Amino acid sequence: MIEASHLSKRFGTIEAVRDVSFSARDGEITGILGANGAGKSTCLRMVYGVLTPDSGRASVDGIDILGETSKARAHLGVLPHAAGLYGNLSARENIEYFAALQGVAAARLKPRIAELSRLLGMDGFLERRAKGFSQGQRIKVALARALVHDPGNIVLDEPTNGLDVMAIRSLREMLLALKQQGRCVLFSSHVMQEVAALCDRVVIIGHGRVLADETVQAIRERSGAASLEEAFLQVLGDTEGVS
Amino acid sequence: MSWTKTPALFTVFRKEFLENLRDRRTLISALLFGPLFGPLLFSVMVSRMLNQSVAESDEPLRLTISGSEHAPGLTGYLVAQGVKVTIERLSENEARAAVRAGSAQVVVVIPDDYASRFTAAMPAPVLLVADSTDSQTRKSADRARSMLGGYSSTIAQLRLQIRGVNPLLSVPLAVNEVDVATPTGRAVVVLGFMTYFVLFAMLMGGLYLAIDSTAGERERGSLEALLSLPVARSSLVGGKILATCAYMCISLAFCLTAFVCAFRFVPLERLGMSANLGAGTAVLFFAICLPFVPLGAALMTFVASFTRSYREAQTYLTAVLLVPTLPIAFASIYSLKTNSSLMWIPSLSQHLLMTSALKDEPIAAHDVWVSAAASLGVAIVLTVLTARHWRRETMLG
Repeated sequence: MIEASHLSKRFGTIEAVRDVSFSARDGEITGILGANGAGKSTCLRMVYGVLTPDSGRASVDGIDILGETSKARAHLGVLPHAAGLYGNLSARENIEYFAALQGVAAARLKPRIAELSRLLGMDGFLERRAKGFSQGQRIKVALARALVHDPGNIVLDEPTNGLDVMAIRSLREMLLALKQQGRCVLFSSHVMQEVAALCDRVVIIGHGRVLADETVQAIRERSGAASLEEAFLQVLGDTEGVS
Repeated sequence: MSWTKTPALFTVFRKEFLENLRDRRTLISALLFGPLFGPLLFSVMVSRMLNQSVAESDEPLRLTISGSEHAPGLTGYLVAQGVKVTIERLSENEARAAVRAGSAQVVVVIPDDYASRFTAAMPAPVLLVADSTDSQTRKSADRARSMLGGYSSTIAQLRLQIRGVNPLLSVPLAVNEVDVATPTGRAVVVLGFMTYFVLFAMLMGGLYLAIDSTAGERERGSLEALLSLPVARSSLVGGKILATCAYMCISLAFCLTAFVCAFRFVPLERLGMSANLGAGTAVLFFAICLPFVPLGAALMTFVASFTRSYREAQTYLTAVLLVPTLPIAFASIYSLKTNSSLMWIPSLSQHLLMTSALKDEPIAAHDVWVSAAASLGVAIVLTVLTARHWRRETMLG
């Protein structure tokens, strides 16, 4: 369970996020939809505590991210927008490094990596050095790295960027599996179809504000639009330019 | 690699250490270029320098004399002093041209009126033509000048004696020079800049790791994921600085070993010098430099933390490599002597202590402690500043 209440953040004269509140429940996939520069990443960065909000607070499983950062983060897996790997380490070593920093016990590590490897289809490149990995392979390792400590909550910042159709498809299956396990999945995207296909709830952000926070169905019904695309565009206003 | 449950600082240390062990760039600069460049360049330069000066003092002075028929006495005196004399007929202008062209090093021109003035006991002119900008011929010219001076005072004394005057009247002073330079002391002049090579090699060893663990982390996009972990930023910074320290120590050890080996091939003994750089001194050097290692590591990590890319970090850190030269250069310009208050200045204190060790001078334990404390103090301040910077939001870039 991830909750954000009244988050605001300003960079110099730019108000990146203004009074944003939303919650992402366990066993659901919550999507944050917005155009480039709408404030999605800033919101998520405040949720996982690398940015400090000017006002408002965020919590993970009821633990305040600023008050008890380490404890809250232990409940959280993060796939940031830039999810680079260490090229001179193998996929397994990349995952092991993060596991060690998360405090995963050595005895639990091996079966956990085997499980993630099977789930994400990494068996073919698990022992290879990450230097020459494709974007799809990299995202898989980064995702495994974020999940290695078995967190109840997962935050992903535009995870499908740069992935081909096959990789997007397997990522989608992965997120659905996580949802099935009862975890809370929160991800941002600027691709409407992706959000519509995957999410239980959608938080639409424009110019740093929450424009809608509803189920996909409710958005469609409220706007009375024939297609989902129409409905989204109505909420966003046509200047927002969501692809 | 297998990770057991260790404190985050050591996890970070171990990962940075092993990862860079697989990086060719780090290895070349830490284990090859950094430590070997200094000793190699140094031994080649020093042995060339030594060979030259040994050759010069052994070799007879070569002089070209024009107009020797006017001064058979002077020519005879020079030959008796062991000068290799070449007799040629050159006018003053031809002599200048010959020296400029390098066909003769030093030319003594004896004009036509030499004989008449000499017999009349008037000062007889002699022209010494040499190029003072050429360090080789300058030495020959100096020797020629002192021989001409010797001839001149011999004649003067003879003239006084003939006129019944005690020649000792013209020698009011009897100057005896006493040179207290010890053989090792003389070597130190030649070895003075070796200490900088040691500090340079040490910094080179950690250079790429400092870049890779900061700007590199940002450039490859792994920084944000790392910063989102439940790990104190000070542990991250501490582990990275520690790994940089480890590479610097390896580099330092390699460099000192290379110097010890190189010194066996440098013919310092031929000049009556002895360089006190055996294994024992090398170990002492290592101990003296050790407190400077965390300072260098923290300084490089601190500077690199502000940069956005590998290339930018490289530009700034190359400047950082020059930082330890500043106090050393300052000290040589003002030719500061080792004293306890200078031990508070890192890099200079290491330089002075190493120089003392080379000269075989006693080293005060107090000085070693002050030098170590000052360096470690600066290292701690820089580490704290780096950790504080890593806690800022701007770290994300």
